[in-house]
Amino acid sequence: MSSTVKDIQDEIIEEFSMLDSDMEMTISYIMELGEQLPEMDESLKTEQNIVKGCQSKVWLNATLNDGIIDFQADSNTAITKGLVSLLIRIVSGRSPQEIVDIDFYFIDKIGLNRFIGTQRSNGLGAMMKQIKLYGLAFSTLV
Amino acid sequence: MATLEKHKIDIDKVRAEFPILDQKVNGKQLVYFDNAATNQKPQRVIDALVHHYQTDNANIHRGIHTLAERSTTAFEETRKVIQVFINANEAEEIIFTKGTSESINLVASSWGRKFLNTGDEVIISALEHHSNIVPWQMICEERGAVLKVMPINEKGEIILEKVDELLSEKTKMVALNHASNSLGTINPVKEIIKKAHAAGAKVLIDGAQATSHLPVDVQDLDADFYAFSAHKMYGPTGLGVLYGKRILLEKMPPYQGGGEMIKEVSFEKTTYNDIPYKFEAGTPDIANVIAFKEAIHFINELGKANIAAYEDGLLTYATARLKEIDSVRLIGEAANKVGVISFEVEGIHHFDLGMWMDAKGVAVRTGHHCTQPLMDFYCIEGTVRASFSVYNTLEEVDIFISALKSIIERFNK
Ligand SMILES: Cc1ncc(COP(=O)(O)O)c(C=O)c1O
Repeated sequence: MSSTVKDIQDEIIEEFSMLDSDMEMTISYIMELGEQLPEMDESLKTEQNIVKGCQSKVWLNATLNDGIIDFQADSNTAITKGLVSLLIRIVSGRSPQEIVDIDFYFIDKIGLNRFIGTQRSNGLGAMMKQIKLYGLAFSTLV
Repeated sequence: MATLEKHKIDIDKVRAEFPILDQKVNGKQLVYFDNAATNQKPQRVIDALVHHYQTDNANIHRGIHTLAERSTTAFEETRKVIQVFINANEAEEIIFTKGTSESINLVASSWGRKFLNTGDEVIISALEHHSNIVPWQMICEERGAVLKVMPINEKGEIILEKVDELLSEKTKMVALNHASNSLGTINPVKEIIKKAHAAGAKVLIDGAQATSHLPVDVQDLDADFYAFSAHKMYGPTGLGVLYGKRILLEKMPPYQGGGEMIKEVSFEKTTYNDIPYKFEAGTPDIANVIAFKEAIHFINELGKANIAAYEDGLLTYATARLKEIDSVRLIGEAANKVGVISFEVEGIHHFDLGMWMDAKGVAVRTGHHCTQPLMDFYCIEGTVRASFSVYNTLEEVDIFISALKSIIERFNK
Protein backbone atom coordinates (compact mmCIF):
# COMPACT_ATOMS: atom_id res chain seq x y z
CA MET A 1 0.00 0.00 0.00
CA SER A 2 1.67 3.15 -1.19
CA SER A 3 -0.53 6.08 -0.21
CA THR A 4 -1.83 6.36 3.32
CA VAL A 5 -5.26 7.44 4.49
CA LYS A 6 -3.70 10.81 5.20
CA ASP A 7 -2.15 11.08 1.72
CA ILE A 8 -5.49 10.52 0.04
CA GLN A 9 -7.37 12.92 2.28
CA ASP A 10 -4.75 15.59 1.60
CA GLU A 11 -5.05 14.90 -2.11
CA ILE A 12 -8.83 15.41 -1.92
CA ILE A 13 -8.40 18.63 0.04
CA GLU A 14 -6.03 19.86 -2.67
CA GLU A 15 -8.49 18.97 -5.46
CA PHE A 16 -11.37 20.75 -3.77
CA SER A 17 -9.33 23.85 -3.03
CA MET A 18 -9.11 24.41 -6.79
CA LEU A 19 -12.90 24.70 -6.97
CA ASP A 20 -12.67 27.95 -5.07
CA SER A 21 -15.75 27.24 -2.90
CA ASP A 22 -17.99 27.66 -5.94
CA MET A 23 -21.07 25.64 -5.18
CA GLU A 24 -21.96 24.74 -8.76
CA MET A 25 -18.42 23.71 -9.63
CA THR A 26 -18.21 21.70 -6.43
CA ILE A 27 -21.43 19.81 -7.07
CA SER A 28 -20.44 19.20 -10.64
CA TYR A 29 -17.08 17.80 -9.55
CA ILE A 30 -18.69 15.61 -6.90
CA MET A 31 -21.03 14.21 -9.55
CA GLU A 32 -18.10 13.42 -11.83
CA LEU A 33 -16.44 11.53 -9.01
CA GLY A 34 -19.64 9.57 -8.54
CA GLU A 35 -19.60 8.54 -12.18
CA GLN A 36 -16.18 6.96 -11.61
CA LEU A 37 -17.33 4.85 -8.67
CA PRO A 38 -16.98 1.16 -9.55
CA GLU A 39 -20.39 -0.38 -10.09
CA MET A 40 -21.92 -2.21 -7.18
CA ASP A 41 -23.43 -5.58 -7.89
CA GLU A 42 -27.24 -5.31 -7.86
CA SER A 43 -27.44 -8.38 -5.61
CA LEU A 44 -25.60 -6.44 -2.91
CA LYS A 45 -28.18 -3.65 -2.87
CA THR A 46 -30.18 -5.28 -0.14
CA GLU A 47 -32.33 -3.77 2.57
CA GLN A 48 -29.66 -4.89 5.02
CA ASN A 49 -26.94 -2.94 3.23
CA ILE A 50 -28.83 0.36 3.30
CA VAL A 51 -27.15 2.95 5.49
CA LYS A 52 -29.69 4.71 7.66
CA GLY A 53 -29.80 8.46 8.05
CA CYS A 54 -29.50 9.49 4.44
CA GLN A 55 -32.23 11.48 2.73
CA SER A 56 -31.12 9.68 -0.36
CA LYS A 57 -30.41 5.95 -0.34
CA VAL A 58 -26.90 4.59 0.19
CA TRP A 59 -25.90 0.96 0.04
CA LEU A 60 -22.66 -0.18 1.60
CA ASN A 61 -21.16 -3.65 1.60
CA ALA A 62 -17.74 -4.89 2.73
CA THR A 63 -15.76 -8.07 2.27
CA LEU A 64 -12.52 -9.21 3.83
CA ASN A 65 -9.90 -10.74 1.50
CA ASP A 66 -6.40 -11.61 2.69
CA GLY A 67 -6.63 -9.21 5.59
CA ILE A 68 -7.78 -6.34 3.38
CA ILE A 69 -11.26 -4.85 3.31
CA ASP A 70 -13.01 -4.18 0.03
CA PHE A 71 -15.92 -1.79 0.15
CA GLN A 72 -18.68 -1.67 -2.46
CA ALA A 73 -21.15 1.19 -2.37
CA ASP A 74 -23.75 3.02 -4.41
CA SER A 75 -26.46 5.61 -4.08
CA ASN A 76 -29.66 6.38 -5.93
CA THR A 77 -28.72 10.05 -6.22
CA ALA A 78 -25.85 11.44 -8.25
CA ILE A 79 -24.51 13.85 -5.64
CA THR A 80 -24.57 11.40 -2.77
CA LYS A 81 -22.90 8.88 -5.03
CA GLY A 82 -20.06 11.34 -5.53
CA LEU A 83 -19.68 11.81 -1.80
CA VAL A 84 -19.74 8.07 -1.33
CA SER A 85 -17.00 7.68 -3.91
CA LEU A 86 -14.78 10.05 -1.91
CA LEU A 87 -15.13 7.84 1.14
CA ILE A 88 -14.55 4.68 -0.85
CA ARG A 89 -11.42 6.15 -2.36
CA ILE A 90 -10.05 6.65 1.14
CA VAL A 91 -11.09 3.38 2.75
CA SER A 92 -10.95 0.70 0.09
CA GLY A 93 -8.09 -1.80 0.22
CA ARG A 94 -7.08 -1.12 3.80
CA SER A 95 -6.61 -3.36 6.78
CA PRO A 96 -9.29 -3.51 9.49
CA GLN A 97 -6.96 -1.74 11.92
CA GLU A 98 -6.40 1.12 9.49
CA ILE A 99 -10.16 1.52 9.13
CA VAL A 100 -10.69 1.52 12.88
CA ASP A 101 -8.06 4.23 13.28
CA ILE A 102 -9.32 6.54 10.51
CA ASP A 103 -10.02 10.16 11.29
CA PHE A 104 -12.02 11.65 8.41
CA TYR A 105 -10.69 15.18 8.70
CA PHE A 106 -11.10 16.04 5.01
CA ILE A 107 -14.84 16.68 5.44
CA ASP A 108 -14.26 19.80 7.52
CA LYS A 109 -11.26 20.90 5.50
CA ILE A 110 -13.09 21.00 2.18
CA GLY A 111 -16.15 22.61 3.73
CA LEU A 112 -18.31 19.64 2.83
CA ASN A 113 -20.35 20.23 5.93
CA ARG A 114 -21.25 23.66 4.67
CA PHE A 115 -21.98 22.38 1.19
CA ILE A 116 -23.89 19.32 2.15
CA GLY A 117 -25.94 20.58 5.06
CA THR A 118 -26.57 18.81 8.32
CA GLN A 119 -29.48 16.65 7.26
CA ARG A 120 -27.44 15.14 4.48
CA SER A 121 -24.07 15.09 6.11
CA ASN A 122 -25.80 13.03 8.77
CA GLY A 123 -26.18 10.49 6.02
CA LEU A 124 -22.50 10.74 5.30
CA GLY A 125 -21.84 10.52 9.02
CA ALA A 126 -23.88 7.33 9.17
CA MET A 127 -21.84 5.91 6.34
CA MET A 128 -18.54 6.73 8.03
CA LYS A 129 -19.82 5.09 11.19
CA GLN A 130 -20.83 2.01 9.25
CA ILE A 131 -17.39 1.84 7.60
CA LYS A 132 -15.77 1.87 11.02
CA LEU A 133 -18.14 -0.79 12.29
CA TYR A 134 -17.04 -3.02 9.43
CA GLY A 135 -13.42 -2.30 10.37
CA LEU A 136 -14.10 -3.25 13.94
CA ALA A 137 -15.99 -6.40 13.05
CA PHE A 138 -13.28 -7.56 10.64
CA SER A 139 -10.46 -6.72 13.06
CA THR A 140 -11.62 -9.62 15.21
CA LEU A 141 -11.12 -11.95 12.25
CA VAL A 142 -7.55 -11.09 11.33
CA MET B 1 -42.04 38.25 -20.50
CA ALA B 2 -45.45 37.59 -19.02
CA THR B 3 -47.30 40.10 -16.89
CA LEU B 4 -49.82 39.63 -14.15
CA GLU B 5 -53.22 41.22 -14.32
CA LYS B 6 -56.30 41.55 -12.14
CA HIS B 7 -54.53 42.24 -8.90
CA LYS B 8 -53.57 45.37 -7.06
CA ILE B 9 -50.25 44.34 -5.61
CA ASP B 10 -47.45 46.88 -5.70
CA ILE B 11 -44.71 44.28 -5.84
CA ASP B 12 -41.80 46.65 -5.24
CA LYS B 13 -43.47 47.98 -2.13
CA VAL B 14 -44.24 44.47 -0.93
CA ARG B 15 -40.70 43.22 -1.48
CA ALA B 16 -39.24 46.23 0.29
CA GLU B 17 -40.91 44.94 3.45
CA PHE B 18 -38.92 41.69 3.33
CA PRO B 19 -35.24 42.42 3.98
CA ILE B 20 -34.33 38.73 3.82
CA LEU B 21 -35.13 38.51 0.10
CA ASP B 22 -32.38 40.94 -0.80
CA GLN B 23 -29.39 38.63 -0.48
CA LYS B 24 -27.17 36.33 -2.44
CA VAL B 25 -26.82 32.67 -1.57
CA ASN B 26 -23.98 30.69 -3.10
CA GLY B 27 -23.12 33.77 -5.07
CA LYS B 28 -26.55 34.01 -6.71
CA GLN B 29 -29.55 36.22 -6.04
CA LEU B 30 -31.85 34.31 -3.68
CA VAL B 31 -35.13 33.05 -5.12
CA TYR B 32 -37.21 31.79 -2.23
CA PHE B 33 -39.76 29.24 -3.41
CA ASP B 34 -40.14 27.24 -0.20
CA ASN B 35 -43.06 29.23 1.12
CA ALA B 36 -45.28 26.26 1.90
CA ALA B 37 -42.71 25.17 4.49
CA THR B 38 -42.56 28.62 6.04
CA ASN B 39 -42.74 32.02 4.49
CA GLN B 40 -40.69 35.12 5.22
CA LYS B 41 -41.51 37.83 7.72
CA PRO B 42 -42.17 41.47 6.85
CA GLN B 43 -40.19 44.12 8.69
CA ARG B 44 -43.23 45.12 10.76
CA VAL B 45 -43.35 41.65 12.34
CA ILE B 46 -39.65 41.81 13.16
CA ASP B 47 -40.08 45.34 14.52
CA ALA B 48 -42.99 44.27 16.70
CA LEU B 49 -40.85 41.53 18.26
CA VAL B 50 -38.01 43.94 18.95
CA HIS B 51 -40.39 46.59 20.27
CA HIS B 52 -42.01 44.14 22.64
CA TYR B 53 -38.72 43.04 24.16
CA GLN B 54 -37.34 46.56 24.26
CA THR B 55 -40.29 48.28 25.88
CA ASP B 56 -43.16 46.08 27.07
CA ASN B 57 -41.91 42.65 28.05
CA ALA B 58 -43.64 41.12 31.09
CA ASN B 59 -45.59 38.00 31.87
CA ILE B 60 -49.26 38.35 31.11
CA HIS B 61 -52.56 38.01 32.94
CA ARG B 62 -51.01 37.76 36.40
CA GLY B 63 -49.10 40.97 36.98
CA ILE B 64 -50.69 44.21 38.08
CA HIS B 65 -47.82 46.44 37.06
CA THR B 66 -47.72 48.61 33.95
CA LEU B 67 -45.59 46.38 31.74
CA ALA B 68 -47.75 43.37 32.54
CA GLU B 69 -50.79 45.39 31.63
CA ARG B 70 -49.29 46.51 28.33
CA SER B 71 -48.19 43.00 27.40
CA THR B 72 -51.53 41.51 28.34
CA THR B 73 -53.43 44.07 26.31
CA ALA B 74 -51.26 43.55 23.23
CA PHE B 75 -51.51 39.78 23.60
CA GLU B 76 -55.28 39.79 23.86
CA GLU B 77 -55.55 42.21 20.95
CA THR B 78 -54.05 39.56 18.67
CA ARG B 79 -56.74 37.14 19.78
CA LYS B 80 -59.37 39.63 18.70
CA VAL B 81 -57.62 40.32 15.40
CA ILE B 82 -57.58 36.58 14.69
CA GLN B 83 -61.23 36.28 15.66
CA VAL B 84 -62.09 38.84 13.00
CA PHE B 85 -59.60 37.34 10.52
CA ILE B 86 -61.36 33.96 10.49
CA ASN B 87 -64.75 35.37 11.50
CA ALA B 88 -65.08 33.38 14.70
CA ASN B 89 -68.13 34.16 16.79
CA GLU B 90 -66.08 35.21 19.82
CA ALA B 91 -62.47 35.77 20.80
CA GLU B 92 -62.65 33.06 23.49
CA GLU B 93 -62.87 30.49 20.71
CA ILE B 94 -59.30 31.34 19.66
CA ILE B 95 -56.69 29.22 21.46
CA PHE B 96 -52.98 29.83 21.05
CA THR B 97 -50.83 26.75 20.46
CA LYS B 98 -47.34 25.96 19.15
CA GLY B 99 -48.67 25.40 15.64
CA THR B 100 -51.03 23.40 13.50
CA SER B 101 -49.54 20.17 14.81
CA GLU B 102 -50.23 21.04 18.42
CA SER B 103 -53.69 22.31 17.57
CA ILE B 104 -54.58 18.97 16.00
CA ASN B 105 -52.96 17.02 18.84
CA LEU B 106 -54.98 19.06 21.30
CA VAL B 107 -58.27 18.12 19.64
CA ALA B 108 -57.32 14.48 19.03
CA SER B 109 -56.21 14.09 22.59
CA SER B 110 -58.77 16.13 24.51
CA TRP B 111 -61.87 15.74 22.35
CA GLY B 112 -60.87 12.23 21.30
CA ARG B 113 -60.39 10.95 24.82
CA LYS B 114 -63.83 12.17 25.81
CA PHE B 115 -65.87 11.44 22.71
CA LEU B 116 -64.25 8.53 20.88
CA ASN B 117 -65.24 5.01 21.82
CA THR B 118 -64.67 1.48 20.60
CA GLY B 119 -65.85 1.01 17.04
CA ASP B 120 -66.23 4.73 16.33
CA GLU B 121 -64.67 6.02 13.14
CA VAL B 122 -62.42 8.93 12.29
CA ILE B 123 -62.06 9.85 8.63
CA ILE B 124 -59.08 11.71 7.20
CA SER B 125 -58.09 12.26 3.57
CA ALA B 126 -55.31 10.76 1.47
CA LEU B 127 -53.86 14.26 1.14
CA GLU B 128 -53.01 14.80 4.79
CA HIS B 129 -49.79 16.02 6.34
CA HIS B 130 -48.40 13.63 8.95
CA SER B 131 -49.60 16.16 11.53
CA ASN B 132 -53.17 15.35 10.58
CA ILE B 133 -52.61 11.60 10.42
CA VAL B 134 -50.50 10.54 13.37
CA PRO B 135 -52.48 12.23 16.19
CA TRP B 136 -55.61 10.47 14.92
CA GLN B 137 -53.82 7.13 14.64
CA MET B 138 -52.64 7.51 18.21
CA ILE B 139 -56.02 8.37 19.69
CA CYS B 140 -57.83 5.75 17.57
CA GLU B 141 -55.48 3.11 18.87
CA GLU B 142 -55.98 4.26 22.43
CA ARG B 143 -59.78 4.41 22.17
CA GLY B 144 -60.31 1.36 19.95
CA ALA B 145 -61.62 3.58 17.15
CA VAL B 146 -61.04 3.01 13.45
CA LEU B 147 -59.23 5.37 11.09
CA LYS B 148 -60.55 5.59 7.52
CA VAL B 149 -59.24 7.48 4.53
CA MET B 150 -61.08 9.49 1.88
CA PRO B 151 -59.43 8.51 -1.42
CA ILE B 152 -58.24 10.90 -4.13
CA ASN B 153 -58.17 10.74 -7.90
CA GLU B 154 -55.03 10.92 -10.06
CA LYS B 155 -55.24 14.72 -10.18
CA GLY B 156 -55.02 14.84 -6.41
CA GLU B 157 -58.66 15.69 -5.65
CA ILE B 158 -60.79 14.05 -2.99
CA ILE B 159 -63.42 11.81 -4.58
CA LEU B 160 -66.64 13.16 -3.12
CA GLU B 161 -68.81 10.13 -3.92
CA LYS B 162 -66.45 8.02 -1.84
CA VAL B 163 -66.88 10.43 1.05
CA ASP B 164 -70.59 9.67 1.02
CA GLU B 165 -69.83 5.97 1.14
CA LEU B 166 -67.45 6.33 4.05
CA LEU B 167 -69.69 8.48 6.23
CA SER B 168 -72.03 6.67 8.59
CA GLU B 169 -73.48 6.92 12.06
CA LYS B 170 -70.17 5.44 13.26
CA THR B 171 -68.26 8.49 11.99
CA LYS B 172 -67.41 10.77 14.90
CA MET B 173 -64.75 13.00 13.34
CA VAL B 174 -63.69 14.05 9.87
CA ALA B 175 -60.29 15.73 9.65
CA LEU B 176 -58.84 17.14 6.46
CA ASN B 177 -56.85 20.02 5.13
CA HIS B 178 -58.24 23.11 3.48
CA ALA B 179 -55.33 23.06 1.04
CA SER B 180 -52.69 20.37 0.52
CA ASN B 181 -49.09 21.28 1.29
CA SER B 182 -47.71 18.73 -1.18
CA LEU B 183 -49.95 19.28 -4.19
CA GLY B 184 -51.69 22.58 -3.53
CA THR B 185 -55.17 21.07 -3.98
CA ILE B 186 -57.89 23.23 -2.47
CA ASN B 187 -60.41 20.87 -0.94
CA PRO B 188 -64.17 21.47 -1.01
CA VAL B 189 -64.25 21.74 2.76
CA LYS B 190 -67.63 23.46 3.02
CA GLU B 191 -69.30 20.65 1.13
CA ILE B 192 -67.52 17.95 3.13
CA ILE B 193 -68.39 19.66 6.42
CA LYS B 194 -72.03 19.68 5.38
CA LYS B 195 -71.95 15.98 4.55
CA ALA B 196 -70.13 15.15 7.78
CA HIS B 197 -72.58 17.13 9.88
CA ALA B 198 -75.48 15.40 8.20
CA ALA B 199 -73.93 12.12 9.37
CA GLY B 200 -73.59 13.53 12.89
CA ALA B 201 -69.79 13.89 12.83
CA LYS B 202 -67.59 16.80 13.87
CA VAL B 203 -65.03 18.28 11.49
CA LEU B 204 -61.51 19.56 12.01
CA ILE B 205 -59.95 21.56 9.19
CA ASP B 206 -56.16 21.79 8.92
CA GLY B 207 -55.83 25.30 7.53
CA ALA B 208 -52.02 25.49 7.59
CA GLN B 209 -51.78 26.07 3.84
CA ALA B 210 -54.97 28.07 3.50
CA THR B 211 -54.89 31.04 5.83
CA SER B 212 -52.45 33.16 3.85
CA HIS B 213 -54.09 32.52 0.49
CA LEU B 214 -57.79 31.77 0.84
CA PRO B 215 -60.68 33.52 2.52
CA VAL B 216 -61.46 31.67 5.75
CA ASP B 217 -64.80 32.17 7.48
CA VAL B 218 -65.21 29.48 10.10
CA GLN B 219 -68.87 30.29 10.67
CA ASP B 220 -69.74 30.19 7.01
CA LEU B 221 -67.82 26.91 6.68
CA ASP B 222 -69.45 25.73 9.89
CA ALA B 223 -66.12 24.13 10.88
CA ASP B 224 -66.06 22.68 14.39
CA PHE B 225 -62.30 23.10 14.66
CA TYR B 226 -59.87 25.01 12.47
CA ALA B 227 -56.10 24.76 12.97
CA PHE B 228 -53.31 26.89 11.51
CA SER B 229 -49.71 28.08 11.98
CA ALA B 230 -48.49 31.68 12.20
CA HIS B 231 -45.22 30.91 10.44
CA LYS B 232 -46.92 30.01 7.17
CA MET B 233 -48.68 33.37 7.05
CA TYR B 234 -45.81 35.86 7.42
CA GLY B 235 -45.84 35.45 11.20
CA PRO B 236 -43.43 34.08 13.79
CA THR B 237 -42.40 30.43 14.09
CA GLY B 238 -43.55 28.14 16.87
CA LEU B 239 -46.98 29.70 17.17
CA GLY B 240 -50.34 28.47 16.00
CA VAL B 241 -54.03 28.74 16.54
CA LEU B 242 -56.84 26.38 17.27
CA TYR B 243 -60.32 27.68 16.63
CA GLY B 244 -63.08 25.61 18.19
CA LYS B 245 -66.78 26.16 18.69
CA ARG B 246 -67.47 27.22 22.26
CA ILE B 247 -69.96 24.43 22.90
CA LEU B 248 -67.33 21.87 22.01
CA LEU B 249 -64.39 23.49 23.76
CA GLU B 250 -66.41 23.78 26.96
CA LYS B 251 -67.16 20.08 26.99
CA MET B 252 -63.54 19.11 26.38
CA PRO B 253 -61.16 18.33 29.25
CA PRO B 254 -57.91 20.35 29.50
CA TYR B 255 -55.05 19.17 27.32
CA GLN B 256 -52.19 20.00 29.65
CA GLY B 257 -51.99 21.06 33.27
CA GLY B 258 -50.13 24.04 34.66
CA GLY B 259 -50.45 27.71 35.40
CA GLU B 260 -52.99 29.89 33.59
CA MET B 261 -55.39 27.02 32.92
CA ILE B 262 -56.72 26.81 36.46
CA LYS B 263 -59.19 28.70 38.61
CA GLU B 264 -58.27 27.24 41.98
CA VAL B 265 -55.84 24.55 42.97
CA SER B 266 -55.77 22.51 46.12
CA PHE B 267 -54.22 19.11 46.57
CA GLU B 268 -57.70 17.63 46.70
CA LYS B 269 -59.20 19.29 43.68
CA THR B 270 -58.49 21.79 40.94
CA THR B 271 -61.11 23.77 39.12
CA TYR B 272 -60.29 24.73 35.59
CA ASN B 273 -60.31 28.13 34.04
CA ASP B 274 -62.75 29.13 31.30
CA ILE B 275 -61.90 28.90 27.62
CA PRO B 276 -59.56 29.82 26.04
CA TYR B 277 -57.30 29.76 29.13
CA LYS B 278 -58.29 26.21 30.03
CA PHE B 279 -56.24 25.15 27.01
CA GLU B 280 -53.32 27.53 27.44
CA ALA B 281 -51.31 26.01 30.27
CA GLY B 282 -48.13 27.85 31.20
CA THR B 283 -46.65 31.09 29.93
CA PRO B 284 -47.58 31.37 26.27
CA ASP B 285 -45.40 32.60 23.42
CA ILE B 286 -46.17 36.21 24.35
CA ALA B 287 -43.81 38.09 22.03
CA ASN B 288 -44.69 36.00 19.01
CA VAL B 289 -48.41 36.31 19.63
CA ILE B 290 -48.03 40.08 19.80
CA ALA B 291 -45.95 40.19 16.61
CA PHE B 292 -48.37 37.86 14.82
CA LYS B 293 -50.94 40.66 14.80
CA GLU B 294 -48.69 42.58 12.41
CA ALA B 295 -48.56 39.63 10.03
CA ILE B 296 -52.34 39.59 9.90
CA HIS B 297 -52.41 43.33 9.30
CA PHE B 298 -49.99 42.75 6.44
CA ILE B 299 -52.34 40.21 4.85
CA ASN B 300 -55.40 42.36 5.48
CA GLU B 301 -53.80 45.43 3.99
CA LEU B 302 -53.02 43.65 0.75
CA GLY B 303 -56.34 41.85 0.80
CA LYS B 304 -56.77 38.10 0.43
CA ALA B 305 -58.49 38.46 -2.94
CA ASN B 306 -55.53 40.45 -4.27
CA ILE B 307 -53.04 38.00 -2.83
CA ALA B 308 -54.92 35.07 -4.35
CA ALA B 309 -55.17 36.74 -7.75
CA TYR B 310 -51.48 37.57 -7.70
CA GLU B 311 -50.34 34.12 -6.58
CA ASP B 312 -52.69 32.45 -9.07
CA GLY B 313 -50.87 34.38 -11.78
CA LEU B 314 -47.54 33.02 -10.58
CA LEU B 315 -48.95 29.51 -10.36
CA THR B 316 -50.48 29.57 -13.83
CA TYR B 317 -47.33 30.97 -15.39
CA ALA B 318 -44.97 28.58 -13.60
CA THR B 319 -47.19 25.60 -14.43
CA ALA B 320 -47.27 26.52 -18.11
CA ARG B 321 -43.50 26.97 -18.23
CA LEU B 322 -42.89 23.65 -16.48
CA LYS B 323 -45.13 21.92 -18.98
CA GLU B 324 -42.84 23.16 -21.75
CA ILE B 325 -40.14 20.83 -20.43
CA ASP B 326 -40.58 17.28 -21.72
CA SER B 327 -38.97 15.43 -18.87
CA VAL B 328 -41.05 17.20 -16.20
CA ARG B 329 -43.97 15.32 -14.69
CA LEU B 330 -46.32 17.42 -12.60
CA ILE B 331 -47.65 15.67 -9.50
CA GLY B 332 -51.15 16.84 -8.65
CA GLU B 333 -53.11 18.85 -11.15
CA ALA B 334 -56.27 19.67 -9.29
CA ALA B 335 -58.60 22.22 -10.84
CA ASN B 336 -58.41 24.38 -7.71
CA LYS B 337 -54.97 24.97 -6.26
CA VAL B 338 -53.05 27.35 -4.03
CA GLY B 339 -49.59 28.41 -5.18
CA VAL B 340 -47.88 25.04 -4.81
CA ILE B 341 -46.36 22.98 -7.63
CA SER B 342 -44.94 19.51 -7.10
CA PHE B 343 -43.07 17.77 -9.86
CA GLU B 344 -40.44 15.23 -10.74
CA VAL B 345 -37.94 15.18 -13.56
CA GLU B 346 -37.33 11.97 -15.43
CA GLY B 347 -33.93 10.52 -14.64
CA ILE B 348 -32.99 13.03 -11.94
CA HIS B 349 -33.49 12.35 -8.27
CA HIS B 350 -35.31 15.15 -6.43
CA PHE B 351 -32.44 15.35 -3.97
CA ASP B 352 -29.94 16.13 -6.75
CA LEU B 353 -32.32 18.67 -8.23
CA GLY B 354 -32.76 20.40 -4.91
CA MET B 355 -29.01 20.61 -4.33
CA TRP B 356 -28.42 22.01 -7.81
CA MET B 357 -31.25 24.49 -7.42
CA ASP B 358 -29.70 25.69 -4.18
CA ALA B 359 -26.35 26.11 -5.91
CA LYS B 360 -28.16 28.38 -8.34
CA GLY B 361 -29.74 30.40 -5.55
CA VAL B 362 -33.21 28.86 -5.83
CA ALA B 363 -34.67 27.49 -2.59
CA VAL B 364 -37.17 24.70 -3.22
CA ARG B 365 -38.28 21.81 -1.07
CA THR B 366 -37.52 18.21 -1.93
CA GLY B 367 -38.71 14.97 -0.42
CA HIS B 368 -42.03 13.63 0.77
CA HIS B 369 -43.17 16.88 2.43
CA CYS B 370 -44.43 14.97 5.48
CA THR B 371 -47.04 13.24 3.33
CA GLN B 372 -45.62 9.76 2.82
CA PRO B 373 -48.98 8.05 2.25
CA LEU B 374 -49.66 10.55 -0.53
CA MET B 375 -46.28 9.80 -2.14
CA ASP B 376 -47.17 6.10 -1.95
CA PHE B 377 -50.38 6.86 -3.85
CA TYR B 378 -48.30 8.26 -6.72
CA CYS B 379 -45.68 5.48 -6.29
CA ILE B 380 -42.91 8.01 -5.78
CA GLU B 381 -40.42 8.71 -3.01
CA GLY B 382 -40.78 12.44 -3.19
CA THR B 383 -41.06 15.47 -5.37
CA VAL B 384 -39.51 18.86 -5.92
CA ARG B 385 -41.91 21.48 -4.68
CA ALA B 386 -41.99 25.15 -5.57
CA SER B 387 -44.44 27.24 -3.57
CA PHE B 388 -45.22 30.93 -3.82
CA SER B 389 -45.95 33.86 -1.58
CA VAL B 390 -47.09 37.34 -2.45
CA TYR B 391 -43.54 38.69 -2.65
CA ASN B 392 -42.49 36.31 -5.44
CA THR B 393 -42.31 37.51 -9.03
CA LEU B 394 -42.59 36.30 -12.60
CA GLU B 395 -38.91 37.12 -13.05
CA GLU B 396 -38.16 34.68 -10.25
CA VAL B 397 -40.23 32.04 -12.02
CA ASP B 398 -38.10 32.65 -15.10
CA ILE B 399 -34.91 32.25 -13.06
CA PHE B 400 -36.30 29.04 -11.59
CA ILE B 401 -37.19 27.66 -15.03
CA SER B 402 -33.83 28.47 -16.59
CA ALA B 403 -32.04 26.98 -13.58
CA LEU B 404 -34.09 23.83 -13.99
CA LYS B 405 -33.40 23.66 -17.73
CA SER B 406 -29.66 24.01 -17.25
CA ILE B 407 -29.64 21.31 -14.58
CA ILE B 408 -31.51 18.95 -16.88
CA GLU B 409 -28.96 19.69 -19.58
CA ARG B 410 -26.11 18.96 -17.18
CA PHE B 411 -27.59 15.55 -16.41
CA ASN B 412 -28.18 14.73 -20.06
CA LYS B 413 -24.69 15.57 -21.23
C1 LIG C 1 -51.06 21.00 5.64
C2 LIG C 1 -50.17 21.11 6.83
N1 LIG C 1 -50.59 20.64 8.02
C3 LIG C 1 -49.83 20.73 9.12
C4 LIG C 1 -48.58 21.29 9.09
C5 LIG C 1 -47.77 21.35 10.35
O1 LIG C 1 -47.59 22.66 10.75
P1 LIG C 1 -46.63 22.99 11.98
O2 LIG C 1 -45.34 22.31 11.66
O3 LIG C 1 -46.52 24.48 11.96
O4 LIG C 1 -47.27 22.46 13.20
C6 LIG C 1 -48.09 21.78 7.88
C7 LIG C 1 -46.74 22.37 7.78
O5 LIG C 1 -45.74 21.78 7.47
C8 LIG C 1 -48.90 21.68 6.73
O6 LIG C 1 -48.47 22.14 5.56
